[in-house]
Amino acid sequence: MGMVFNIALDGLSYGMVLFMISVGLSVTLGLMRVINLAHGGFALLGGALMHGLTFQLGWPFALALPVSVLSVTLIALPMEYVFFRPLYGKGDLTQVLATIGLTFLMIAFVNWLYGSALLGIPLPPSLRGTVDLGLRTLPVQRVAVIVTGMVVLGALYGLIERTRFGIWLRASVDNRAAAEALGINTRWVFAATFALGAGLAALGGVLGAELMPIEAYYPLRYLVVILAVVAVGGMGSVWGAWFAALGLGLIDTAARYALPDFGTIFFFAALIVVLALRPQGLSGRAYDV
Amino acid sequence: MIRPKLFMALLAGVVLLASGAVAPAGADVIKVGVIAPFSGPFAIWGKQFQDGITVYQAQHGTQVDGQTVEFLYRDSGGPNPDVAKSLAQELLVRERVDYLGGFVFTPNALAVAPLIDQSQTPTVIFNAATSAINARSPFFLRTGFTLWQVSVPMAQWAYDQGLRAVATSVSDYGPGLDAEAAFASAFQARGGVVVDAIRMPLSSTDFAPFMQRIKASGADAVFGFLPAGPPTYAFTKAYNDAGLRAAGIGFLGTGETDETTLDALGDAALGLNTAYHYSAAHPSSVNKAFINALALHDPRAVANMASVGAYDGAHLIYEMVAAAKRDGPGAVAAAKGLAWESPRGPVLIDPETRHITQNVYIRVVDKDATGRLFNREFATIEAQPDHGWNR
Repeated sequence: MGMVFNIALDGLSYGMVLFMISVGLSVTLGLMRVINLAHGGFALLGGALMHGLTFQLGWPFALALPVSVLSVTLIALPMEYVFFRPLYGKGDLTQVLATIGLTFLMIAFVNWLYGSALLGIPLPPSLRGTVDLGLRTLPVQRVAVIVTGMVVLGALYGLIERTRFGIWLRASVDNRAAAEALGINTRWVFAATFALGAGLAALGGVLGAELMPIEAYYPLRYLVVILAVVAVGGMGSVWGAWFAALGLGLIDTAARYALPDFGTIFFFAALIVVLALRPQGLSGRAYDV
Repeated sequence: MIRPKLFMALLAGVVLLASGAVAPAGADVIKVGVIAPFSGPFAIWGKQFQDGITVYQAQHGTQVDGQTVEFLYRDSGGPNPDVAKSLAQELLVRERVDYLGGFVFTPNALAVAPLIDQSQTPTVIFNAATSAINARSPFFLRTGFTLWQVSVPMAQWAYDQGLRAVATSVSDYGPGLDAEAAFASAFQARGGVVVDAIRMPLSSTDFAPFMQRIKASGADAVFGFLPAGPPTYAFTKAYNDAGLRAAGIGFLGTGETDETTLDALGDAALGLNTAYHYSAAHPSSVNKAFINALALHDPRAVANMASVGAYDGAHLIYEMVAAAKRDGPGAVAAAKGLAWESPRGPVLIDPETRHITQNVYIRVVDKDATGRLFNREFATIEAQPDHGWNR
C-alpha cells in the first residue's frame, strides 16, 4: 500500500515536471508545425537568466522568475521574425537542421558566458521545506510544480478554446489564406504563439531545475525526454501532453521503485507501444486541445 | 599535362612544409600531448587540466635542465576511444611528442595503451579512475585517484563511526560498479552489512524513488556514487527532500561535493560526508600557493581534483624530463617511488602500480567566513594505495 502511494505521488510530481518542460514544444509543434528542437534552448536561456539574477545579483526568486520568463518571451519575438518565419511550411529536414543549429548557438552562448558548470538557482525559504502528508513527506518545491502545472494546463485550455486569440490561432493554423482574408493578422498570431511556447519552456526549465539542473548542455541532455512526451501526447494537444507526461512519469517511477536494474527500459517500451498503436499520439487529431 | 606538374609542385610543397614543421622539434623542446575534452558537456575537464598545467608552469618556469617543455592540447570530446586513439597517433607521429597526459574517461585511456607500448611514451593519467588501466601498459602512470582508493577508506571510517547497516546506491556504469564493489568488500570485511545495493540508470533525473527505497531498507547510512554534474546535484537534493537527513540516515559519498558543483548544490549540501583525496580548502602552504597562483591566472577558476591532478601530472612529467629527457623507459623507471609534497598532501608514485599513493581525507561540507561552501577535512587516512590493483 505504502509503495503504491509512493509511486503515485512521485510519479505525479515527476510527470508534472515533464509536462512543464515539454508543453511549450507541444504548442509550437502541433499548432504551428515547426519542429523546434531549440525548445530546450529557451529553457536554458530562462534558467541561465534566472541563475544570473538570483545567484549572482541576489534578486528574490519571486521577482526574478517573472522577469526571466518574460525576457525569454520577448527575446523569442525577434528570433521568430528573423529565424523561424522563413522555416514555416519548409520540409522537416530543413527545420530540424536549422533548429538544432540554433540550439548549438544557444549552448555556445551560455558556455561562453558561464562555462559548462552547473548553474544553481537558489530556492527561496518558502519553497525549501517539506510538506507532511501523513504517510510521507513531499518537498514544497514539488507541490509548487504540481500546482503551477495545473494552472498552466487550465490557462492554455482556456486560451486556445475560450478566447478570441484561440479562435484566431486555430483558424490561422487550419487555413492561413482564409484566415487572412477574414482580417486575422496571422503573422502576429504566429509570433505571439511562438513567444508563448518559448516562455513556457523558460518557466518549465526554471521550475524543473531541481530535477534537471540548468547547465550549458541542458537542451541536448533532455531533448529525448521532451520529444518523447510530445510524441506520445500527440502534437499540439495540451491534454495529450499532460496525459503522456503523467503516464510516462508514473511508468518510469514505478520501474525505479520495483526494478531499478532494468533502467529506463519501461519508459521506452511504453513509448514504442503507444506509437505502434497510435502513431499520431494519444490525442487523435492534429490540433485537438 | 598540367596535372602531373601540379602534383609534383604540391608534393614538393608538402615535403618542404613537413621538414620545416619537424625541424624545430629537434633540439631542446620536449613536447607533451594532453588529450582531454575541451568541447561538449565535459569541456570543464579540459579547462581544469589546462588551468592546473598553466599554474604549474607559471610557478616553475617552462625550462627543465635547458629543455623547454611545451604542452599541446587536443580535444577528445566525451568518452570517444576512437578519437582519443587517433589524436594520440597524430601527437606521436606528427608532433613527435615525448610524453602524453590528460584522459578523463577510462575507455579513452585504454584505447591508447597499444600505441604508447609501441612508442614507449610515458603517459600520465590525470583522472580516468578505473584500477584496471595501469595494468594495460607499463607506460601508464596516474596522478588522479581510483574509486577503490577512496571508497575503501570511506567504508572503514563508516564502520568505525558505529554504522553497521549501509545501503549502496550507485550509477549503473563501470565506475559506479567499482565504487559499489569497493565499499561493500571493505565494509563487509569489517563486519558491516550492506542491506540494499541499488544500481540507478545513468539517465535518471528523479532520485526520489531510490531515496524511498533506501529509507525502507532500514539502513543507517547511504553510500552513493554518481558522475559529477546534474546527477550528483539531483541525488543530494533528493537525499534532503525525501527526508533521509531528517530521519538520521547518514550520507557517505566521494566526489559528489566537488568544488565545481558545490556552489550550485547550495545549503542542501551542508553536513554531507565524503571521502576524497583533495579539497580546495586543504590547509597547507603548498595548497595555498597553488590556490593563489590559480586565482592570479584566472580569478574565476576553481581548484578541484581535476586541476590538482593535472598540476601533479605536470610535476611528474617535469621530474621525468629532468631524470631521463626523451628516454621513455628510463623516465618511467625514474618516476617509480618518486615522492613529493602536492597541494593535496604528501604523495608517492607506487613502484608496482605506477599509481599515486596519497592521503584520503574524510570531509564535511561547511560554510566559511564569507558564507561560501567548502569541503572541510576533519580526518586523515594516510598513504592509501590503489586498493583495486589486485582485484
